[in-house]
Amino acid sequence: MNNRINNLFHTKNGPVLSVYFTAGFPGRDDTVPLVEHLSEAGADMIELGFPFSDPLADGPVIQNSSRLAIRNGMSLPLLFRQIKHIRKHTDIPLLLMGYLNPVMQYGEDRFLEKCAETGIDGVILPDMSLEYFREHFRDRFCKLGLSNILLITPATPPHRIRQIDALSDGFIYMVSSDAITGGSPDLSRQQEYYRRVASMNLKNPTLTGFGIHDRDSFLNACRYSRGAIVGSAFIKHLEAAGVSRESVRKFMGSILP
Amino acid sequence: MLYPNLTELRKHYLPVIESNDFKKEFRLLLRDYVGRPTPLYYSPKLSGEHGASVYLKREDLTHTGAHKINNTIGQILLAKRLNKKRIIAETGAGQHGVAVATACALAGIGCTVFMGKVDMHRQKPNVERMKLLGAEVVPAVSGSQTLKDATNEAIREWISHPADTHYIIGSVVGPHPYPDMVARFQSVIGLEISDQLKEKTGKKTPDYVLACLGGGSNAIGAFYPFIDNRVTQLIAVEAGGKGIHSGKTAASIALGRKGIIHGSRTYLIQTDDGQIIEPYSVSAGLDYPGIGPVHAYLHDTGKAKVVNVTDDEAMEAALWLSRREGIIPALEPAHALAYLRKMKFRPGDTVVVNLSGRGDKDMSIYRQYLHR
Repeated sequence: MNNRINNLFHTKNGPVLSVYFTAGFPGRDDTVPLVEHLSEAGADMIELGFPFSDPLADGPVIQNSSRLAIRNGMSLPLLFRQIKHIRKHTDIPLLLMGYLNPVMQYGEDRFLEKCAETGIDGVILPDMSLEYFREHFRDRFCKLGLSNILLITPATPPHRIRQIDALSDGFIYMVSSDAITGGSPDLSRQQEYYRRVASMNLKNPTLTGFGIHDRDSFLNACRYSRGAIVGSAFIKHLEAAGVSRESVRKFMGSILP
Repeated sequence: MLYPNLTELRKHYLPVIESNDFKKEFRLLLRDYVGRPTPLYYSPKLSGEHGASVYLKREDLTHTGAHKINNTIGQILLAKRLNKKRIIAETGAGQHGVAVATACALAGIGCTVFMGKVDMHRQKPNVERMKLLGAEVVPAVSGSQTLKDATNEAIREWISHPADTHYIIGSVVGPHPYPDMVARFQSVIGLEISDQLKEKTGKKTPDYVLACLGGGSNAIGAFYPFIDNRVTQLIAVEAGGKGIHSGKTAASIALGRKGIIHGSRTYLIQTDDGQIIEPYSVSAGLDYPGIGPVHAYLHDTGKAKVVNVTDDEAMEAALWLSRREGIIPALEPAHALAYLRKMKFRPGDTVVVNLSGRGDKDMSIYRQYLHR
């Protein structure tokens, strides 16, 4: 599939850094400038979270940013308007990340069409099962050139990882530990898991996420995968240091080698 | 992310619970520890009031005082056979939490119960009981701080501990196999109703079975053997709260649209954007924004009639039963009792109301109502 995500993995040599933040947080209209600042400061890819009232895979930091984003009036229609604006200025690979219920209410087909139309490259829905994706979404994702990003954890059995690899296009989201976002993992168990997945020679690259919060955890993750995803740590930083270009640059400086 | 946890459970639950050794242990514990069968009590006062033969299925007389114990005993026996070292659970009114803490004490397995902070205040005696039984009670401080949020926290905890921990869900909600497994463990209620009715009246099938509906475990338990017969009208009573158009309600089927919560596709109270609305009911056991998927199915296929009553109607029904029959019901089944008043019976109709729990935990709410 030819989209910005796959192009990134084909062309970039060094480690890939993807940054997550909740759209509409801390302010409703911060989405557009934050994407701009992040791409200027060296992010390779951006995941925009669309908020849900009951984010089961998320820890307290992203729960809180989601709650505030909903309170700020963030919704899928508004987010798609913001993305249209973003695409006038940047070509950075963009993903949407969120939960299935808001997508269902918006309309599953309408959601995917709107993603393609506004220039989204991929979608991450942690509460969507592989089986549901295969039955309801797969053909449409392919037709629209959208990558579906599926998650694996240390407890995902090898045959399931193979199935996920076969049905993925873009990258595999390798959750760093048996935990929700923002946790602190058991490092030695993690190494074993990273090595095990690396040795499987999957067709898709992997990006490591959950618990990546500084240069050390970023570099450690990059030893076994093509790069990493930072989420909760960035949200925390935005809470403390604000959304200015300077603030974003400072954060990226603390992660990138 | 729950795939490994659920796959293990899905693979093992039927072979385990259908094995003779499991069945035998479960049956003995239900009899000698839980106190089953619970009586099917013919209520002369309710019968006189409503012009039909009204029976109460006395789940309030079980050990721990509610039907929840049927399921927790079943799941703890399953968890032991799956070599789980720790139990987690969510609770709303605290009845499920107490039933989990009890089963865990019995089995010698440690447990952590997540409970909304608001519910911990509303249902203080149950918090004390859980602690006395050796459970750790963790307040859920996210969202509305009630049952939905306690469930979120329990699922998050399970994601973080996939190998050694079993999650005992208290209702017919959540991802497969929970709705089916919990229904099987609760089906003992309906099977007993059928046997006891046969003994008392000569026929096995009542004309009506009424039960309150939050997530739906007591309702499905009472309905179970009657679902496919055309004689019995099944009636599930949701919590209307302050009225279904007041914005303060937990009537998921009356107001809900299809959506996904906690791994189930079902009816949900939600905004147009798909944000789940914090439900409200005076009864902590009924304020869940969804409904067990099996009840969504029974509703859609017309196999059950889903109705609702308000807080005040439930309260009046609870007081009536206390004074006229000397039985203080929990607020949850008081919703089912309240709906009797809205029904028209023919003489000779046989009606069973599932009295799913006793009212001790609700004393402070009843007291406030009387003094208002």
